[in-house]
Amino acid sequence: MLNYTIRRLLFTIPVLLFISFIVFLLLDLAPNDPTGNLPLTIPPDVRERIRQSLGLGEPIHVRYFLWCVQFFVNEPLNILEQWTGLQFGSGDRLRVQSWATRSPVVDLIVERMPQTLWVVGMSYVVGIIIAIPIGVISAYRQYSWFDQAGTFVSMVGFSVPTFFTGVLMIVVFSVHLDWFPSIYDTTHRVTDWQSFWFQVRQMIMPVSVLALFNAAQISRFMRASMLDNLSQDYVRTARAKGVREPVVLLVHVLRNSLIPVVTVIALGIPQVFGGAIITEQVFKVNGLGQLLIIGIQGADIPLVQTLTFIFAVLIVFFNLIADLLYGILDPRIRYE
Amino acid sequence: MYFPIVAGVFRRKVGEVKAVDDVSFDIFEGETLGLVGESGCGKSTVGRSILRLYDITAGEISIDGAAIGQISGSTLRRMRPAMQMVFQDPQASLNPRMTVASIISEPLEEHTSLSPEDKLDRVGSLMDSVGLNRDFMNRYPHEFSGGQRQRIGIARALALNPRFIVCDEPIAALDVSIQAQVINLLEDLQAELGLTYLFISHDLSMVRHLASRVAVMYLGKIVELAPRDTLYESPRHPYTQALLSAVPEPDPEREAHRERIILKGDVPSPANPPKGCTFCTRCPKVMDVCRTVPPAPSLLGDGHEVACHLYPSGSGLGNETGTNTEA
Repeated sequence: MLNYTIRRLLFTIPVLLFISFIVFLLLDLAPNDPTGNLPLTIPPDVRERIRQSLGLGEPIHVRYFLWCVQFFVNEPLNILEQWTGLQFGSGDRLRVQSWATRSPVVDLIVERMPQTLWVVGMSYVVGIIIAIPIGVISAYRQYSWFDQAGTFVSMVGFSVPTFFTGVLMIVVFSVHLDWFPSIYDTTHRVTDWQSFWFQVRQMIMPVSVLALFNAAQISRFMRASMLDNLSQDYVRTARAKGVREPVVLLVHVLRNSLIPVVTVIALGIPQVFGGAIITEQVFKVNGLGQLLIIGIQGADIPLVQTLTFIFAVLIVFFNLIADLLYGILDPRIRYE
Repeated sequence: MYFPIVAGVFRRKVGEVKAVDDVSFDIFEGETLGLVGESGCGKSTVGRSILRLYDITAGEISIDGAAIGQISGSTLRRMRPAMQMVFQDPQASLNPRMTVASIISEPLEEHTSLSPEDKLDRVGSLMDSVGLNRDFMNRYPHEFSGGQRQRIGIARALALNPRFIVCDEPIAALDVSIQAQVINLLEDLQAELGLTYLFISHDLSMVRHLASRVAVMYLGKIVELAPRDTLYESPRHPYTQALLSAVPEPDPEREAHRERIILKGDVPSPANPPKGCTFCTRCPKVMDVCRTVPPAPSLLGDGHEVACHLYPSGSGLGNETGTNTEA
């Protein structure tokens, strides 16, 4: 398994380099202009000089190479220096800088990460906690009223977009009932019970909107997987042994059914880091999703390039984790 | 044992499959009753109903005088140690995520209060008795061959010292060479532990080898039940005669002269069985009465029972002790 992991990790290096190059090419081909948001009064020759100063005069392979050096060498060295306190070289390295804010992209990401992880990550956890019991009961009592209701809620969660449910919740719970704030306050700090309660209140709506969506997906997977396993012969064997029904269900069937579901959950985690772009916009959570949207609007190529690449790394990495989890959970699968 | 047929948007019950209908027989302690019949005739359903893996529609099952037909829940669970089952598919009937040790010891976990060491000891001795190496205790089912998996299934069934085991085509999924091993193992265990078997199979020669009495099923009913030698030498029911004529003969000289009775047509649907005798649509000796009146079982002496109008009902049936089912 260790050899397999190392081999897979080595194989990800060319894959990721290729991805980064494709992303760079796509961004370069996109018809956007970093000076597009500047006032129209700026004359064309000044605009051209701004572009030159951003390095856009260089040919694409030079720019790609410079980004690679900045991202793969300078940034990791910088992080190492911060962690260990050691000094590598002069310490005067060019970092990946956002064109719009002139601050290092990595610092921006570190700033935005907590909001996204709290809101989107929490919604994922809540979604899983809701989805698994619903899936189990729906499968065990197939075609019962519970199953029908669960199917209906899943269909709603699946098919109604988050920008609709989000706005609907704001209208109902913020405007009419005035229970929760409609805007997520990122500067809020939890210091005592009261501020903690405020934090909970402002998280409830974005978390529940996203959790509904996540739970809809996962509960369907869970139900299908449970149904698949419930009709297996080993379940009948367990009953013939005289095993208690809860043990049959939770030990025999659930454990086997969780194998594919855990894979699906692991594959979904990169999306948590990617942030829920639309939901973050609706509730004004300034997380990573919102950062990406702003970067795209302002043609902030280093920011978009770096963010997209980090998402790609996470996706590749969690794919590997899903494969390894499969090997751990299912004794029939062994990696050599 | 009737299964409902549901259809339509609202899943209303539109009919029922009479998978097993009006079946009554006894199994005596220490004997092997062979149950044969073609695919879909209800053999497995009988086996599972006897062990109450299904809720029977009507009738009664008794083991050792204890009626288990209508009990459920924990009462039924406490009866489980006495009756066990060996399943047809040794791969699918073992939980793929459990080691052999946990598969075999799970019944001990549920029904006994042995210490972990004693449990492990019991698992080891069970593996010895079915001819598996104790060192394989911590392996998973997929690491074994088909014959070995079936031995695991048998060891699991034996874990609680059952007195009665239903073997539901335990050899159907195995190679012929492995079949003999498993059959010999079952015989040895029977001699050693005094087990009672209900041996379900469609392999007539294996049943002839193993069973002391044989019951023949057709479309959810038992058509003939007789001691092994009587049944194989003088089958009375036309269906049994046709079935036995299909057994291949190893001697090519005799095989060339074997007279086969070829049945015409298909088995009727168990959802809509014929009105009289279920076999009347294909019987070579069909009479008018067969199409209207279902035949009652008649005793021909020597424990030979036939449900056919060719053999009119004689004396009534004696009720013996043992396992009796009516589903």
